[in-house]
Amino acid sequence: MGELFVAKADEIGDREGRVVADGDLEIGVFRLGDEFFAWESDCPHMGGPVCQGKVINRVTEVLDAQKRSHGFDYVEEDVHIACPWHGFEFNLRTGIHPGDPNTRLRGFPVEVRDGDVYVRI
Amino acid sequence: MVDDFKRTYGPIDDWTDSRELLARARQQADKRNFDDVFIVDIDSHVSDDRNWPEIMDYIEDPVIRDAASAFGDGSKRGAFLNSTPGLQWQNVWGRIPHGQGLKEPIEDDGTPREIVLARKCIDEMGLDYQIVFPNALLFLGMHPVPEMEVHLATAYNRWLVERVLPEDPRVRAMLYLPFNNPSAAEETVRRFLGKPGVAGFLVTSSRHKPVHANEYMRLYAMLEEADQVLGFHTHLNWQDEYTSQLNRFISMHAISFVLCNLVHLTNWVINGLPERFPKLNVMWIESGIAWLGFVAQRLDHEYMMRTSEAPLLKKLPSEYMRDMFYTTQPMERSNEALLAATMDAVNADTQMLYASDWPHWDFDLPSVIWDLPFLDETARRNILGYNAARIFNLDIPEKYRALAAE
Repeated sequence: MGELFVAKADEIGDREGRVVADGDLEIGVFRLGDEFFAWESDCPHMGGPVCQGKVINRVTEVLDAQKRSHGFDYVEEDVHIACPWHGFEFNLRTGIHPGDPNTRLRGFPVEVRDGDVYVRI
Repeated sequence: MVDDFKRTYGPIDDWTDSRELLARARQQADKRNFDDVFIVDIDSHVSDDRNWPEIMDYIEDPVIRDAASAFGDGSKRGAFLNSTPGLQWQNVWGRIPHGQGLKEPIEDDGTPREIVLARKCIDEMGLDYQIVFPNALLFLGMHPVPEMEVHLATAYNRWLVERVLPEDPRVRAMLYLPFNNPSAAEETVRRFLGKPGVAGFLVTSSRHKPVHANEYMRLYAMLEEADQVLGFHTHLNWQDEYTSQLNRFISMHAISFVLCNLVHLTNWVINGLPERFPKLNVMWIESGIAWLGFVAQRLDHEYMMRTSEAPLLKKLPSEYMRDMFYTTQPMERSNEALLAATMDAVNADTQMLYASDWPHWDFDLPSVIWDLPFLDETARRNILGYNAARIFNLDIPEKYRALAAE
């Protein structure tokens, strides 16, 4: 058990992340508001560098009362990271793929001490 | 081996160096010791539109060559091409940056950009050979000006053979056959057959020319006589009556990239072309493999009832399919039992060949083959490299020869 220094907390903006590495173990630490979340940057699909991908909200399709489609919209509370290799998306709070709850990222605990962000490995 | 490129671990965007982008592929290669596995990538598309102005200088018609300057604000970029918006939707609105092509800057030391990008991919994925094909020509079979297919294909083939392939023996090419003009296709074979780096010849499948038409028999005979591979490389067509009803790229891509090869393979088998050209190595590229189980069963089912409509056949359609070749990408693998059954249905051990399709949005790494639990090591090595060596007559480096399949 050990820990890796990630960055100073105020260096990571909202919806931003940093990837730190310990050998082949790569971990992305992301900030959402005042919370931090850490996920292994190893996409369960093909091993891609998921935490170096684009942060983007979950997309939904807008239906009216008659179930007619009125196009797309973003879901404000669901922030995703998209693996840059093939686009697999994962919820940044839960690490879970929106289309399959069994497809998920491996998480790590994050600790903020004296304004510094650490991830425990 | 890879050079001493230093990773940044930063956000990946359109301009990220492919060594950063594929660093985890290199990790996979190291963990699986791919430097001791002979691997051939049958299909990659590292080229981008930056090569196009140089290619235009290889057009042989002087008027058309000059006219290229009328495009791209005088730069010749995109000249004469009939690309449709579909290919530009590959990046899922920015989620998969490389899906729109590799835009990374490279040092200009005179080496063709195509070679620089191919070398990076070869090193990171642990490949021994890579067969390249240009994005720009994938649409060309549907060009509204038929003669433009011949002008552009000949220019591209010349550029590859004269400028690109001599740079690195690990980079090979299947040359574009201007299939809408059978005599021009024959001339392409006569002109480029045996040139260094030419691995075979290829038809882009997005076109409306039935492969059994009599005017192609001389071409097939030439390729069979020369022991060449004839590839059919799939592509999208979002304008067909059926595909035009599909409102999302996911739907169009899932169907259209199979549909064209489904039609061509059906015509190829039912019209008895395997009986007419039994030694011609025919390869179906980039339609994935899930469709093969469907079409094999479907054709067998109907053939037993309507044998009189396929009188040249001497065995079941599926048996002819077991003699043809298939690239694996994009390998559908959400249902492992179906995948295993499909591979068994077409004799994958000897008939399937790994392809990456890098840098397109649905590329596959060699690990997708190596990690399949139902394949033994011989089958994995065959699919990753030895099947390709056999039908493309590739030299296998000395270090692999002891392990080469019988």
